[in-house]
Amino acid sequence: MNNTVSVKPRLVVIGNGMAGMRTIEELLKMAPDHYDITVFGDEPHPNYNRILLSPVLAGEMTFEDTILNGRAWYEQHGISLHTTAPVTTIDRVRRQVIAANGTVAPYDRLLLAMGSHPFVPDIEGARLPGVMSYRTIEDVNIMRALPAGARAVIIGGGLLGLEAAYGLLSQGVQVTVVHRHPWLLERQMDRVGGDLLARSLIERGLCFCLSSETEAILGGERVEAIRLKDGRLLEADLVVFAVGIRPRTALAREAGLHCDRGIIVDDTLQTYDPRIYAAGECVQHRGATYGLVAPLFEQAKVAANHLACYGRLRYTGSITSTKLKVTGIDLFSAGDFAGGTGCEEVSLLDPAAGVYKKAVIRDHKLAGMLLYGDTSLGPWLFQLLRNGNDITDLRDHLLFGEPAGDARHGGERAIAQMPDTAEVCGCNGVSKGTIVHAIRAQGLFTVDDVRRCTKASGSCGSCSGLVEQILSSVLGGLYETPPQKRALCTCTDLTHDEVRDAIVTRKLLSAREVFRVLEWKAQGGCPTCRPAVNYYVRAAWPIEASDDPQARFVNERVHANIQKDGTYSVIPRMYGGVTTPAELKRIAEVAERYDVPMVKLTGGQRIDLLGVNKSDLPAIWADLGMPSGHAYGKALRTCKSCVGTEFCRFGTQDSTHLAITLEKRLERMWSPHKVKLAASGCPRNCAESTIKDFGVIGVDSGWEIYVGGNGGMKLRGGDLLAKVKTEDEVVEIAEAFMQLYRKEAYYLERTAPWIERVGLDHVKDRIIAKPETRKQLAEELRTAISQERDPWAAALAGTITIHAEPLRATEALP
Amino acid sequence: MRTATDDMIWRDVAGLADIPPLGGRVLVTATGEIALLRNEDGEVFALDNRCPHKGGPLAEGTVTGYTVHCPLHGWRIDLSSGQVRDPDCGLVRTWDVRIEGDRILLRLPR
Repeated sequence: MNNTVSVKPRLVVIGNGMAGMRTIEELLKMAPDHYDITVFGDEPHPNYNRILLSPVLAGEMTFEDTILNGRAWYEQHGISLHTTAPVTTIDRVRRQVIAANGTVAPYDRLLLAMGSHPFVPDIEGARLPGVMSYRTIEDVNIMRALPAGARAVIIGGGLLGLEAAYGLLSQGVQVTVVHRHPWLLERQMDRVGGDLLARSLIERGLCFCLSSETEAILGGERVEAIRLKDGRLLEADLVVFAVGIRPRTALAREAGLHCDRGIIVDDTLQTYDPRIYAAGECVQHRGATYGLVAPLFEQAKVAANHLACYGRLRYTGSITSTKLKVTGIDLFSAGDFAGGTGCEEVSLLDPAAGVYKKAVIRDHKLAGMLLYGDTSLGPWLFQLLRNGNDITDLRDHLLFGEPAGDARHGGERAIAQMPDTAEVCGCNGVSKGTIVHAIRAQGLFTVDDVRRCTKASGSCGSCSGLVEQILSSVLGGLYETPPQKRALCTCTDLTHDEVRDAIVTRKLLSAREVFRVLEWKAQGGCPTCRPAVNYYVRAAWPIEASDDPQARFVNERVHANIQKDGTYSVIPRMYGGVTTPAELKRIAEVAERYDVPMVKLTGGQRIDLLGVNKSDLPAIWADLGMPSGHAYGKALRTCKSCVGTEFCRFGTQDSTHLAITLEKRLERMWSPHKVKLAASGCPRNCAESTIKDFGVIGVDSGWEIYVGGNGGMKLRGGDLLAKVKTEDEVVEIAEAFMQLYRKEAYYLERTAPWIERVGLDHVKDRIIAKPETRKQLAEELRTAISQERDPWAAALAGTITIHAEPLRATEALP
Repeated sequence: MRTATDDMIWRDVAGLADIPPLGGRVLVTATGEIALLRNEDGEVFALDNRCPHKGGPLAEGTVTGYTVHCPLHGWRIDLSSGQVRDPDCGLVRTWDVRIEGDRILLRLPR
């Protein structure tokens, strides 16, 4: 480092491609003034989007369309850009790099992002003029200069080879693809899919020599033909090698950095030399190298985080999916699509329509997928794959899409065919056309962007999946598959799990402390993270942690539910839906005394007083003399019941007694989202226990317990968790289940999606299979609840304040 | 629309301690309800207590930085200018605030 303190550390980047500049973009977002940045690029251009070269070759886009950051961007951020300046030496001792043009740049941190180079096999004639690879815009220009009617041979039938072949074909060139494998795209497809693809490409005019290897390239001044090993001769004016890429490691190797196939990096993207980071195609991480854009973006985020000295993120590898960028051919594949031992396959083949879909299942989870001809299910299946969801219940419709009525507007698959007027977000009334326009006009790339600019998916969020599909359909290859790990909110890069872990391991006792210690980008958080973090802190440390009322939404601060006109609703607790004449009289008197505009029965078997002014709340609570029903909170709501053996002639169990017991044991419990219970006294299930977070059904021999049911936004029948004999067992399981949910679910995640995420087996394992764990969880919940008081009583006693009375201006000042 | 300066007068409306940091209170005045809001840095802002969207009480909103999020539908309003932030649009009347010691003064109509 320089001796002067005021001088900024110097960051040198070798490689002006997508990985290098993406890392710089991420870095500038986090620490805009941290470094003096110098960038060296081999090519004469500013940063362009290499994955769009195929559309340029096919004449569907111009080079200008692919520019990501023009020269003005470099100037604006004070970045010194050296183009046509390949770096020849990294001097680690003097900490400087030297470029071919003589430029010497000293560094404090160095980022290697040289990418890869096309592999050219060592065969006769490979260096003849007219033999080339396909990687840069210059390569595209050479190919585009080829006259119509010329003959080209592409060696390699992988993604890049086919894109090159298709591009040349579109300009009238006669193209033959030579591929050593028996079918095309063997890294992305099985034989069935590969054959369908070949058939469709042959119809478009491409020729193929499959199971064929090139023996030699022939010609005098320039290439004239190629000879295959079986003796066939193919005449050619141009030969393009597309047989794979190799990470560019020579420079790093010469500098003594540890390399294997690529430059070896750890989970922080650091190389053998701690001052040197690397990202993108030149990198080898945990044995894997990548040649796709999504992993590169994930790596850029992590590398930038460490370069910015945040030191928090880890890169743990990527699950990738691939699409073929050939107009009119839809292909999407991901994971282990080939299957094999230990796997099951579900497939659908319609050769006439050119549709082939295949899902590979291992251990009840999606292990791989292949979609050809109709890729509309791609985003959904890929999400199931990455999340590792248990798909047992989805098997019978896995290849047909999500069931109708599903929260993602299932069945709504043909996004492209959807009219612009179709309503996507039902809460905010946002149409598909509005979203498409915003994506194009404002350059949006993520669901968050769309939410911010159009409000679509901003309320209940059930259309997020649909918005994601629209993004993918509008942006095509430019759409970044959302990162595997989703940050808690835009104030942090950490996920829900990472924040929760930190709260536990570092014993963080308030939301404010979390924001400070975990270096939140916005000092006080935002309306998304504030309530979540406040909940996590309280759930982890029920005794020690402090509750921050300002981190809660108005309803949980005021302990009443705000209504559209700014008035509130009051719902007192009515255990198990059972009340008394005395209680009813008090409620009636209160309603009359305070002129309550509406009295209504709720779905949870209680009474709602609607239209109450804030200033009347304390008096109403006092006059009711009943505890809060927590109808406004992410908390235990009610336990609905049927009459049961008490009066019903069919009842087999005393469901009202159990409902009251459950509600009394769980009341005052705060949770990631609202929790609803029900207890039915016989299998007629009048209390609708199977659409509750926790529901029980009395049978002659005891109780059946169902969990994860939901009757609201997304209909889901509960899963049978256990069958037990006594009420005590039900109560203990309920307590343990609630505590597991409280500890593991993300804030605002109901039990239904939580169970789908972690799997019923996991819940059964903790609660049913392991009695010690169950008892411990139940005990933890009792401790947490014992810390809570009835909030209405607390407000009346003055231990919490709801600011019921407004302030009034005093006399004018002199 | 602001009333002409001559007709305005500074009034003591509340103590700083009356307003929780990152929170708000309603102030009842002759011209209507005003939301007094405080941000992370302790700065106090005064706006009409009415979101231009559907009249939500801004005093019950969530304050982050220089923005209050309306409690009803999450519209975001700039605390100092009263301007509604993208993608929505609108304007909320703001009131001049002065802090003297631990008291909050507002310039209100006479």
